[in-house]
Amino acid sequence: MASSETALAAGHKARGLAPFVRSQMRNIAPFLTLIFLSAFFAFASPSFATLDNLGNILTQVSVTGIIAVGLTFVILCAEIDLSIASIANVTGIAVAYFTLQESYVNIASVPLPGAAAILLSILLCALLGLVNALGLTVIGIPSFIMTLAMMQIAAGISALLVRGQIAYKVPDLIATLGSGSIGGIPWIVIVAAVMLLGGHLVLTYTRFGRYVYMVGGNREAAEYSGLNVKLILGAVMVISAVCSGIGGMLGVAHFGSAQQNEFDTYLLDSIAAVVVGGTSLFGGRGGIGNTIVGLFVLGVLNNGLDHVNIDSFLKILIRGLILLAALIINVYAQRLREKAAE
Amino acid sequence: MPEGYSPILELQGITKSFGGVEALRGVDFALYPGEIHGLVGENGAGKSTLMKIIAGVHTEFSGRFLIDGQETHFRSARDAHAAGIAMVHQELSVAPDLTVAENVFLGNQPTNRFGLVQWRRMAREAGEQLARFGIDVDPMSRLGDLPIGLQQLIEIARVLFSGARIVILDEPTSALSPPEVERLFMTLRRLREEGTGIVFISHFIEDILRVSDTVTVFRNGRKVAETAASATSKGALIEAMIGRGGEALEHSYTDDLMLPRPSDSSVVLKVDQLSLARSLQDVSFEARAGEVLGIYGFMGCGQQELSRILFGKLKPDSGRLAVDGTPKAFASTAAARRAGVALVPESRRAMLFHQEPVYKNISISILDRISALLLKPTQERDIAKRQVEQLQIRPPVVGLDLGMLSGGNQQKVALAKWLTYPPKLLVLCEPTRGMDVGAKNDVINIVRDLRARGLAIIVLSTEPETVLSLADRILVLKRGAVVREFKNERVSKDRLLEAA
Repeated sequence: MASSETALAAGHKARGLAPFVRSQMRNIAPFLTLIFLSAFFAFASPSFATLDNLGNILTQVSVTGIIAVGLTFVILCAEIDLSIASIANVTGIAVAYFTLQESYVNIASVPLPGAAAILLSILLCALLGLVNALGLTVIGIPSFIMTLAMMQIAAGISALLVRGQIAYKVPDLIATLGSGSIGGIPWIVIVAAVMLLGGHLVLTYTRFGRYVYMVGGNREAAEYSGLNVKLILGAVMVISAVCSGIGGMLGVAHFGSAQQNEFDTYLLDSIAAVVVGGTSLFGGRGGIGNTIVGLFVLGVLNNGLDHVNIDSFLKILIRGLILLAALIINVYAQRLREKAAE
Repeated sequence: MPEGYSPILELQGITKSFGGVEALRGVDFALYPGEIHGLVGENGAGKSTLMKIIAGVHTEFSGRFLIDGQETHFRSARDAHAAGIAMVHQELSVAPDLTVAENVFLGNQPTNRFGLVQWRRMAREAGEQLARFGIDVDPMSRLGDLPIGLQQLIEIARVLFSGARIVILDEPTSALSPPEVERLFMTLRRLREEGTGIVFISHFIEDILRVSDTVTVFRNGRKVAETAASATSKGALIEAMIGRGGEALEHSYTDDLMLPRPSDSSVVLKVDQLSLARSLQDVSFEARAGEVLGIYGFMGCGQQELSRILFGKLKPDSGRLAVDGTPKAFASTAAARRAGVALVPESRRAMLFHQEPVYKNISISILDRISALLLKPTQERDIAKRQVEQLQIRPPVVGLDLGMLSGGNQQKVALAKWLTYPPKLLVLCEPTRGMDVGAKNDVINIVRDLRARGLAIIVLSTEPETVLSLADRILVLKRGAVVREFKNERVSKDRLLEAA
């Protein structure tokens, strides 16, 4: 689509420029895409470029953002996690399951104090992440398959907990963080921002963050350098599951209900945010900064399409095409970088 | 040599150079029908280059190339194949997930008139062919489930039975057990009776002498000897290979070298009866502080596996190892590193991060010593700068991506990773392979300096020079077993080759 053309054009231009631009292609292209999309929608609709709408976009990408923090770690290690949306769903359902529901809700819930409910739910998602981690590192199942199985397992646990019903109540803390706001800023945006910042700090300034990049850059070399590669891979799978769980709990509060299949669209959205942002699918390149740009590209696109008059069924196709374009750029940027390195 | 026949293959005055370096200089070579022609020479002597010319892999060369007396010029390996030339490469190139029969018929399965594969016919014919070779396996079993040696025999069988008139075998016996070697030789002799011309390349001179009619020796891109196998000996062939008193090779270690009296310093590593599938058998040795232990052997002798076991990358089937007297069973390379073992593998690509700057490459293995939680980039750079200065890595810019450095300098970076906090035991695989003389000398000096600092060092190499230039004590590894130890005695290249 239009935005992909800009990005590709930018890619072509880069050939004639310094190798620096080439090597930075994966950071530049998503940013240009974002600027182009924003400019396009600002011209096309007077209601798009307003402060109110910026708030809307931020709120709309918050849950995706929280989930994408953990997924960024996973993709930086050249792995994938397909269970993020299911784990978000089951954790959101669990936190409601451990909360006292109204009498008309027909769920065999186990009411606990708020803190205990939250703690147990986080424990649950961490545990599911640990199963992913063990499957990947100890048994040696490729993450694509392992997390595909986990996607079903988590969905199965969700189904057993709610049995087709809908729960509404969550602990007060979760309700506030998910749907409250402070000084006009929704808490969920603040949580997403804090988690993104935290992810960035861990990746950039800690030893663990360095290990994540090195394992993603060349796994064999990481092993021959005496790093415990399995431990690092296991850790990112758990981090991903916990981030998904937090996103799930706040998401439930944000939507006002907990039910089956509530988070299905978040799988594709989260992966898209990370990849559109320019984090390499081959690992070792990119980061939270890229994920933030990717989130905005998706947010602006989703929100903007609502502002212009467009067939709502066409929206899905357009999003698919944008994702394809981002994948092309992602692979292309990797090649450019390798060329620049030669 | 069968006189009176005319050769099926004849090469005259072949010269081939790669970027100004002559790999072959005016080589004549003839192969007769019904002849097994053995080819020996050191790594880089020109054997493989010549075979690749015959097999149509290298198409640019000067000299005459005749098949059945007709001048020919192949433009591709496909042309060579069409002319009846087939080659078995050293590395297995089978499809482990397909059946034995499919592998035998790879690329030309029998089909019926609808283009469907005739499985029953294929299985029957594959079984018959393999039986001729003395191989009795179910043609419908999965190839990957068979032992490696059998897989290699089946690959050789495929080539031998493809109807080729000229068959080139490159190191076919390195993965085979003695009875398998016997079966291979039987088949080669039968093919010889049928009039096939066979070229047999091997480091195992005994094998060459046992099966060949004619032996040709290469050295430095020239043919230096051609003789009937019955008229020569292992010693004479080795002498011809390394050229005693012949052309002056730079630093060839043809003269005797005196190994020092064995060190009595503390034992850092004790290896006891290490075995691994087909790679290693009951390997036992010790490495001492302040000593360089050289381990020499041909490609595939088990060196690689041994080095991986020492660094926790592979787990042995049986046997024990102890570091500083403490028994160890490394669960990961991280555990080996913590126990004070360091490895520099033969491939730089396997241990370096090409897209990361030099300083991150140097600091990665010692990051847990520099920082607990937060990174300390200034300290990392300082440490890297010190190493770059000490090892004279060029260019001396620690922020440069590693990929920008030359091969020799990359090798130094690979060493530098372990030097800031020196390990107790440093295992080096092929530390000087592919380096120019200057870089080689640098690495030799670094290793000697480390020995002086009290490290136990193990150098594994398939090049005798590398081991001879570095080691205080030398083990010779042959088909996974230690067959000879040189210590406190005279040693030379031909003695090493003789033992291996």
